[in-house]
Order: sequence, then C-alpha cells, then structure tokens
Amino acid sequence: MTDAPAAPAPFVGPLADRDRIFTNVHGFQDWGVDAAMQRGDWDNTKKLMELGQDAIIDIIKASNLRGRGGAGFPTGMKWSFMPKESKDGRPSFLVINADESEPGSCKDREIIRHDPHKLIEGALIAGFAMRARAAYIYIRGEFIYEAKVLFAAVEQAYAKGFIGKNACGSGYDFDVFVHRGAGAYICGEETAQIESLEGKKGQPRLKPPFPAGAGLYGCPTTVNNVESIAVSPTILRRGAAWFNSFGRENNRGTKLFQISGHVNKPCVVEESMSIPFRELIDRHCGGIRGGWENLLAVIPGGSSVPLVPAKEIMDAPMDFDGLRALGSGLGTAAVIVMDKSTDIVRAISRLSYFYKHESCGQCTPCREGTGWMWRVMERLRTGEADLSEIDMLHQVTKQVEGHTICALGDAAAWPIQGLIRHFRPEIERRINERGAPVMEAAE
Amino acid sequence: MADAPQIPDEAEVRARWGAFVWTAENAELAKTIIARYPAGRQQSAVMPLLDLAQRQVGAETQTQGWLPVPVMEYIGRQLDMPYMRVYEVATFYTMYNLAPVGRYHVQVCGTTPCMLRGSDDVFSACKNKGLVKGATTPDGLFTLTEVECLGACANAPMVQINDDNYEDLTYDSMSAILETLAAGGSPKIGPQIDRQTSCPEGGPTTLKEMVVENHDYRGEW
Repeated sequence: MTDAPAAPAPFVGPLADRDRIFTNVHGFQDWGVDAAMQRGDWDNTKKLMELGQDAIIDIIKASNLRGRGGAGFPTGMKWSFMPKESKDGRPSFLVINADESEPGSCKDREIIRHDPHKLIEGALIAGFAMRARAAYIYIRGEFIYEAKVLFAAVEQAYAKGFIGKNACGSGYDFDVFVHRGAGAYICGEETAQIESLEGKKGQPRLKPPFPAGAGLYGCPTTVNNVESIAVSPTILRRGAAWFNSFGRENNRGTKLFQISGHVNKPCVVEESMSIPFRELIDRHCGGIRGGWENLLAVIPGGSSVPLVPAKEIMDAPMDFDGLRALGSGLGTAAVIVMDKSTDIVRAISRLSYFYKHESCGQCTPCREGTGWMWRVMERLRTGEADLSEIDMLHQVTKQVEGHTICALGDAAAWPIQGLIRHFRPEIERRINERGAPVMEAAE
Repeated sequence: MADAPQIPDEAEVRARWGAFVWTAENAELAKTIIARYPAGRQQSAVMPLLDLAQRQVGAETQTQGWLPVPVMEYIGRQLDMPYMRVYEVATFYTMYNLAPVGRYHVQVCGTTPCMLRGSDDVFSACKNKGLVKGATTPDGLFTLTEVECLGACANAPMVQINDDNYEDLTYDSMSAILETLAAGGSPKIGPQIDRQTSCPEGGPTTLKEMVVENHDYRGEW
C-alpha cells in the first residue's frame, strides 16, 4: 500500500494573462458593447442560462468564490438562500453594491468604467440564478463619470436585447437599473444600502429579518459586491475547476488587488489569491519606496482591518485565512503600504476621523465612540496625553466593538487596536517626550 | 454639529426659489428617473431628484448648485413625501450642498491613502491660492472642502472639482489646475502624470497586448 499522493502545492501566482478575468482593467480599449463582445462578454449567454438556475448556483458554490466586498461569505451559498418560488407574489431583487467607499479600495471603479458589460452580464446570470426580477446597481455618488459609463452600458445591453424582456432570447425577463448614491460610506452596508434605495437615510437595519427574507421593498433581496457578480459569467464559461486552480484551499480564485501608499508604482492589478505580499509588490508596484528595509507596516484589506507590521507581512500569503492568521484580514484587498517616513499614529488617527465622519448616528456606542476615539487618537498623536489613556482607549474600542447594529463600530475599533498592539512603544515615546502633562479628559 | 452648515430659509431664499419648477428637459428626466422604481415606491427617486435639482440650481446660478428649502419642498410634493423626509435625506448625504457654494467645488480627499501620498501638499496649494477649508473665495470662484475617500486610492492624491477627478497630484500640478480654472480654462482630467488610469506608471506589468489592440484572450484558454 502506498501513501496517498500529497496534495499538489497550491498555485499562488503570478497569474498568466489568459487567466485574467478583467482584461480591460486599465481601460486601454473601449468599454462599449462591441469591444466587450470581442473580448468575450455576452458570448452566448443564453447557453449559460440554459444550464438552469440550480446548476448555476452549484457551479458558483463549487468554484468556492467568496464574496469580494470584504466579508468573504461564500457567494454561491448566499444565492441559494433566495426563495425558489414566490409563495405570496412578492418579487425578488438583486442589489449590486458598487458603493465603493472603503479607504484604499478602487477596484469596482475600474470594473465599472472599463469593463461594465462583465458586470451587467453577471447581473443577468446572478439575477436569473436567484430568480430575481430586476437588479439595482447602487453606485456611489462620487463616481460621476463611472455612473455615466454604467448608464450608457445598460442602455447598450437593452438595445442589443441582452437584458429586458426575453433577455438574451432565454425567455426570462430581467431589468437592470442604476441608482446613484450621494456620499455616505455607510450605504456600503447591505441593509443601509437597501434603506437608501428606498429613498431614506442610509441607516442599517436590525437583522433578522435578513435581506433574503425581507429586503428591498420588503421583498427577498441579495446584496452582492460588484466584483463577485462580474466574475461569475467567466466562472461559468471556464468551470469551477479553473477558478479553483488559483490560491490556497478555502481562498480560491483571482482577485483585483489595489495597492496604494508608499510603493514606487501604485496600481490596480488582478492576481491569483494567496500571492505572497513580496511578489505582489515587486512584480507590479516596482517595490517599496526606499527598498524593503524601509517598509514600516501595511494595512492589507482597506481601512477597516488592523495594520500588520513589516516583518510579519513581507512573505505572508494575500488571502482571507493567511491575513486572518496575522490578526488582520483581506477585506477588499485594498493594500495600503506605509514606509518608515509615515507618522503611523497620524495615519490611524486620520482613519478614526473618517469613521467619526461616516458614522450614521443610529447606535450610541458608534455615534459617540467614534468621535471620542478620534479625539483621544489626536492626543496620542501629539503626545499630549497620559500613558494610562492608551489602555483607556483600548478599553473603549472593546466597548464599541460588537455593540452596534452594523460593523462600522467594529471597523472604527480595529485599526486602533492594531495600532496599540503593534506600535505601543511609539505612542509611549511621544507621551514621554512631551513630559506626560496631565490633561483634562476630552470633552 | 458645530460644523454643520447653517441652512438658509430666509425670506430672500423663498423669494428667489419659491417658484422653482423643473426645466422642460429636467421634467422629462425626472419622469424617467421615477419610472426606474416600482409603482408606489416613488420615494426611491428622492436621491436622484435632489441631485437633478442641485444641478439645475447650479446651472441657474453658475455654481455647483445647492438645495434651497423651497426646492426640497417641491421635490417632496412631486414624490408625495413629507418635506421632513426629503430634508432628512438631504442632510444625511454629503453630496447635497445645503448652502450656496462657488463656481468650482474643490473637494480634496484627505483620507489616509491620499494623506500618505501627499494630500497635505494639495491643501497647501489650495491655501496658497487663497482657498480656505469650508469657505468660498470672495470672488465666488472656489469652495474648498476636505472630503473622505473618493475611491481613487491607486491614483492618490486626488481632488474632485465639480464632476471631474484630477489624480496623481503634486503641489505644482494642483496649483496649475486652480490657475487654469481661474483663467476659465479646462485642465486635463484624470492622472496629472504620464500614466494610463490605474495602470502602473511607466506601462503595464500585465495584459500588454491590450495596449495595442483589443486582444481576445479566449484563444489561449
């Protein structure tokens, strides 16, 4: 008897061009429908729909696609929560979350302005699979040019008969509407987005009921990120096994990485999941500004996840589980790189200001806590604080975290916790150098 | 809420905007917008209609536009919503201007990814041209606002002026943009350095065929 062969080492990049889904990500070519069809979009979409609704969901499940909006929930499973038939006549809706506002994230923007037909085709496929009657694409208000492109692309798709009555000749009726936001980060939260779509303030709803039971207009609704939807037609065309061939177990597929901050050439690039951080930066971003020795810390998944110090991140795999093991997360794969010239306390304090600005004001711990945390962070930045305030701040972040309806409270707390965990000596140094004057507590 | 704008609802605002109605073109547009939502759910159209109204006010006043109280009341009547519900929406979202702004609304992103790449220099350039945060210049040309992440982080630092993004800024390029606008010109939109959108500076590291032709990669699958 021989031992079972060891599982082959997972593919962790670099990705070959033929395996990239978003081939026009940098907009060198036209976004229009004819150019998109030449690149392979809307290629016999009817045949994909003929697989049947359950088969489509099974393929997406088998592909192990995890939601690309930050939480990483399995997309196929999310779709399967939708009712298979309407018992009371209520229609179902697909809402596509294009309210990309997480500091560091700029991938949905590239999909929408350069490859919008991937998104619209994905909307039809996903909407059909979950038996939705229409999709609403909620695009953030500041994406003014991107929204213009999207409106025009939707019109093109209607004109070609790809969506609307008898979409793609499949016999299925499906509409796609675009809804522009108006500048509120919180509307990226799924229930806040639904509230906003209904013409209200974007304040998150308590769950349950979950959107799959009662969402938009009280009807079953699924909210998915732009990237999750836009990759689904390619997954159906190339098969679950293809998508599974990238990345480590439980972290499969390709991903748009958005690298900003102190690298030589910031960019947006599609790579294999689990690509090592060093490889990602050296291959696509021309290395760290001032060399690898100059790296201080990285926020690997957008502002909501804790930072990771240089020595821990350098050779870490960029995926959900690998970054969770470092006490952080992949989030939206918005990689914010900070070199040793960074005022790290100011960088995190600026994020605290962001959350203070964006708190919707519904839950007290977040409404009051975000402002309080920011004011204390500013004191730590200047050193005009007492050493005991570091622990007090940490304790308050723990009191905000988990005590709010949505995750904005958590998102405000985690960057501060990460800072204290990894850069406590730096904070203490500032306080000690100021001679630790005893200050009145912040108002 | 000390920094919240004071919402003018004085006699002169009512006198100026009390008779606000859509232009013929916008009236048609408003109908198409309302038709995007199911019957009886016309309240969903409040956000796009507020945006449309702000643009119409802007066109009439040669500014980015704002939302006088009588205009919000007009939208409330059209959508069969109480004024207070419209007001809630208008005050919740940052893109609705509740007080008049200048010809150009200079919205500099100051969030961490832009800060790391030098948004301080962008603010210095604004300051040097006489722009003050939260205020309009005396000539009515520029209103400066510090905004939160505008989602162009790979092209940081950036500014949105009315509908246009200017990216990969420096002190000098930001100064040049403000000068061009002040002189009545139209600066180049997008990255201010030699760069294609969010592609790495100096040329792509991937998908190089796409630079020269609309390449179809399916043959290599």
